[in-house]
Amino acid sequence: MARRATPEVNAGSMADIAFLLLIFFLVTTTIEKDKGIARQLPPDQPDNVDPPLFKEKNIFIVNVNKDNQLLVESELMDLKDLRQEAIAFLDNGGDGTCTYCKGRRDPASSDNPNKAVISVQNDRNTDYKTYIAVQNELVAAYNFLRDRESQRLFGWKYTEVKKALDEGDYKGNEDAAMDKIKQIQDMVPLKLSEAEPKKSGK
Amino acid sequence: MSKFKKKKGGELPAVNTASLPDIVFMLLFFFMVVTVLRKDNLLVKQELPKADQVEKLKKDRSVYIYAGKPSSRYAEKYGTEGKIQIGDKFADVKSLQFALTEERQKLLPELQNSVVVALKIDGETNTGLVTDIKEELRKLNMVKIIYITSPGNELEN
Repeated sequence: MARRATPEVNAGSMADIAFLLLIFFLVTTTIEKDKGIARQLPPDQPDNVDPPLFKEKNIFIVNVNKDNQLLVESELMDLKDLRQEAIAFLDNGGDGTCTYCKGRRDPASSDNPNKAVISVQNDRNTDYKTYIAVQNELVAAYNFLRDRESQRLFGWKYTEVKKALDEGDYKGNEDAAMDKIKQIQDMVPLKLSEAEPKKSGK
Repeated sequence: MSKFKKKKGGELPAVNTASLPDIVFMLLFFFMVVTVLRKDNLLVKQELPKADQVEKLKKDRSVYIYAGKPSSRYAEKYGTEGKIQIGDKFADVKSLQFALTEERQKLLPELQNSVVVALKIDGETNTGLVTDIKEELRKLNMVKIIYITSPGNELEN
């Protein structure tokens, strides 16, 4: 039998099939981008260890009650004022050892950013939303000071360089930048303490 | 000059669509690669609180804990109290340690010591539940946590 040329397969519907698949993946795709506030918990400690002592003026107490109201240093406060108040507390430089502080140098407030501790006390019935909002404002206060110091010393913003380093797209010497990041972190250390939440109504 | 004979008629030539499948396939592959099919079936409500001072989560070394009220279609069965979900099922505070150790074993062995716990917690949950979770995490020595939030700021609305 004489051989016939095999007829060509019609590929006209290929595009339709590919489109169908494409639309399926387009619809099901959720490009996830999980971001959040990172924290390191203190390690588990036996009960009989005494807590370290701090001078009362070096502690900034934020109390959140079950109705999501804020009591900051024994005064009722709106959430929007918390950031400024925390910055003023951290930046105070009461005993003059902090050369880069620009605060009021009030002797009744914190001595030095590396001695100042912010303590957050929640009620068990506080909304998680409020809890995160408070944490966010306090981290913002620290970031503000860190940005200010890195701008002054190195000419860049701490938060921007930290972000670039975390995502691995920092242009330049990464180790040197890491050391500078560390230096800023030592100047303004994040000292956020969380007390055991109280039972409601006690 | 018959060599340069004018084409008859002024009609437009049809656009060649032979490369269309290639283009579509390219797009298809892109979406196939970036697609993450959701691993866990959510049993709890997840309206994450907003925050803007955030860091990115490293996916390969994270264990997820979800918490919140059971979502509306499970509310009849499980009630409306805040609950914890790990993997595909509910866990309570007492079984949390076991469930977490199990989840940790699913990660690559070399990353198991630097595990980050991602807390995806609904905004209306009580902080007490979160504290209980954190207590258990401290006992397990998984101290690196990240509160997953959605972009924005609570102050703005």
